[in-house]
Amino acid sequence: MSYELKLRIWRGGPSGGDLKDYVVPAEEGQVVLDAVHHAQATQANDLAVRWNCKAGKCGSCSAEINGRPGLMCMTRLSTFAEGEAVTITPLRAFPVIRDLVTDVSFNYQKARHVPAFRPSADQPVAPFTMYQTDVERSQEFRKCIECWLCQNTCHVVRDHEENKPHFAGPRFFIRYAELDMHPNDDLDRKKSLQQSEGLGYCNITKCCTEVCPEHIKITDNAIIPMKERVIDVKYDPVVRFLGRRGRS
Amino acid sequence: MAAEETFEHHSYDVVVIGAGGAGLRAAIAAHDAGARTALICRSLLGKAHTVMAEGGIAAALGNLWPEDNWQVHFRDTMRGGKLLNHWRMAELHAKEAPARVYELEQWGALFDRTQNGKISQRDFGGHRYARLAHVGDRTGLEMIRALQQRAVSMGIDVFMELTITDLLKDGANVAGAFGYWRDSGRFVVFEAPSVVLATGGIGKSWKVTSNSWECTGDGHAIALRAGATVLNMEFVQFHPTGMVWPLSVRGLLVTESVRGDGGILLNSEKRRFMFDYIPEFFKAETADNIEEADRWYTDKTNNRRPPELLPRDEVARAINSEIKAGRGSPHGGVLLDIASRRTPEFIRRRLPSMYHQFKELADVDITKEPMEIGPTCHYMMGGVEVDPDTQASVVPGLFAAGEVGGGMHGANRLGGNSLSDLIVFGKRAGEYAAAFAAGLGSARPKVAQADVARFAEVALAPFQESAVKENPYSVHRELQETMQDLVGIIRVESELKEALDSIAALSARAASVSVEGNRQYNPGWHLALDLRNMLLVSEAVARAALERQESRGGHTRDDYPMTDPYWSGQNVVLQIGADASSSSHSALAVRRQALPKPPPELAELLEELH
Repeated sequence: MSYELKLRIWRGGPSGGDLKDYVVPAEEGQVVLDAVHHAQATQANDLAVRWNCKAGKCGSCSAEINGRPGLMCMTRLSTFAEGEAVTITPLRAFPVIRDLVTDVSFNYQKARHVPAFRPSADQPVAPFTMYQTDVERSQEFRKCIECWLCQNTCHVVRDHEENKPHFAGPRFFIRYAELDMHPNDDLDRKKSLQQSEGLGYCNITKCCTEVCPEHIKITDNAIIPMKERVIDVKYDPVVRFLGRRGRS
Repeated sequence: MAAEETFEHHSYDVVVIGAGGAGLRAAIAAHDAGARTALICRSLLGKAHTVMAEGGIAAALGNLWPEDNWQVHFRDTMRGGKLLNHWRMAELHAKEAPARVYELEQWGALFDRTQNGKISQRDFGGHRYARLAHVGDRTGLEMIRALQQRAVSMGIDVFMELTITDLLKDGANVAGAFGYWRDSGRFVVFEAPSVVLATGGIGKSWKVTSNSWECTGDGHAIALRAGATVLNMEFVQFHPTGMVWPLSVRGLLVTESVRGDGGILLNSEKRRFMFDYIPEFFKAETADNIEEADRWYTDKTNNRRPPELLPRDEVARAINSEIKAGRGSPHGGVLLDIASRRTPEFIRRRLPSMYHQFKELADVDITKEPMEIGPTCHYMMGGVEVDPDTQASVVPGLFAAGEVGGGMHGANRLGGNSLSDLIVFGKRAGEYAAAFAAGLGSARPKVAQADVARFAEVALAPFQESAVKENPYSVHRELQETMQDLVGIIRVESELKEALDSIAALSARAASVSVEGNRQYNPGWHLALDLRNMLLVSEAVARAALERQESRGGHTRDDYPMTDPYWSGQNVVLQIGADASSSSHSALAVRRQALPKPPPELAELLEELH
């Protein structure tokens, strides 16, 4: 396969912009980021795009590809029909800095709110004795590459800027879940999770799970269990609807 | 336009440049020591190249093999480095790595466990015992998150997406650093008596590399321009196993854990060719038949290591030879097979990101078929010459840790020794940088405004109208081709000289690079500024490679194919002459310097065979 690919890339800044067309050669095995890089190197040297590893490990190159949030480095051109134009726009939930680069500082502010890991009084100093079966649940959440796709997709903030101050978002719900399920952490963060981080806003539509490039089961394995765990702290209509399902 | 601009100013005790493993650990240590500390990164926090490390952190915890201890780790490291390592760094590294690993656990890292609830350890090339603490094959992510979360919880000031272009000095001393915000393009001046370089590697000057865009050798170049010395620059590690197909992912790392966990290398004749490439130096500790090699995974006491787990330089050269002899795979690599050796469940559990990476990017199911792999430019053994205990360079106030530091790995780094290097020497650099700043009291160096204006002018040069408009991306591509073709795994005098000519010509062209657009998040401009560093570092590599007339570790000379005892005692050191502001290639001076000898009790360990 080798054909002329039509790219439509959003160019602009905080005050506005529009889609610009670029035609680049598409080769076998290429991903969207290759096409964007080709356009950048040959036709638009100043095209702003974030990327680092180009291997799905760093989570820098998140964008909306034909309207679907994803990593440009893990979206293969073979997933589109030859002749189909590929449209790339910046993440919608965050303010544009330039072209495909958005201001994701919201996420770094939220990260500062999470109370750090605190070892239990039983085992205050590493090395800790912990078993594989007990660390596995938290390990799933530590696979997170912080691409912010879940934060971008979550409808609580995607079109509701006003919710941002009171809502940490799916990435940080799994961070709270990870610490809560850590076999040697004994700090209770449930109250802040429910009262200031906005866990109750989530009505488990699973949009976050769908876009996670690491296939973390954000809703089923983190958010729902955490909603069950905080029920003692505060009323949550979703848990009432689901009923308590016996996981502690 | 620079003259009219008011520059943003910050004042700190310690400025750490780079927020991978070494930078984060240095910032934590400096903060712990009471220094006002700034952590600067070119990318978003947590995206540094450390995140791509896969296999694990080498530390003699002895969790699976109680026979393991720091002495064995020291010996393995020195032998892997072909005895060119600075013995004191190798000693400190082997002694302190276990404590640094437990510290990560103390801060919330969740490593894979043994049956009895300890940190599990895996086999890697050149390590006598299973020694690498790991989390599947995403250990770097775990390390960077643990450190990042620790740094954030301590409230350390982080400057994200800010590039430092040069150091500011007051006489001989460091006075601060100058840089620009990537998003706005506006300039920033940091006043600080201590600066820690933790900028990582240089791989982006080669065409086939496992490195991300950030690995442009900024720290190496900044240090040189500030008057520091660099050494061992001829030793570039080509990792034996990078992806070769599709072209789009050529060079992408395939973790050594595949071999550590039982994977074997095959040529097009399906022959396990590594048995044909066991060097004299490692004969006594390497299995010479398939049966013994396969028994080693479960019984390390009575069997020798499979040749697939020789140090990386040996394996990369062997693969290179097989391909050159016409026994390569369809896309110009060789085959790495774990599918026929381990169950699909084992492979998916131990190597989840390799499974994911091949499935999603190459349509290859590694539990069913072999991978096609070939050597890829991976790691710079050389770097800033530092004091082994304090990580201080020859420039007062300038420290270096991690890949940008030199000496620890000698002629070749063992897998797993990089992540441990980051945390052992990151901590030391942060502590001593803080102590240095505190020791100055009120006699702090002052930033000279003339230097600030000069650096701003240099940074804005690509916006100047010029007669010839060079595209920075084209110059970069040509540099990558030069380094790939002429300063690769196998080197020869005529090609190294050709490379130097080519680098000189590219440097001249880089001076007339012109960028379009404005200063807001402009990657063309950023690359134009990075080029200056890549060219200087590439020249340093070629010059050092020309100087060392022997083959050792990551440096192989076709015209000097043997290891030469004379060179076992020599480091190649480079430094820019009097005109420190110049990035001109002709300013680099090369000299030989005697390598310090280990004390008798450590030298004895190196002689011991098991």
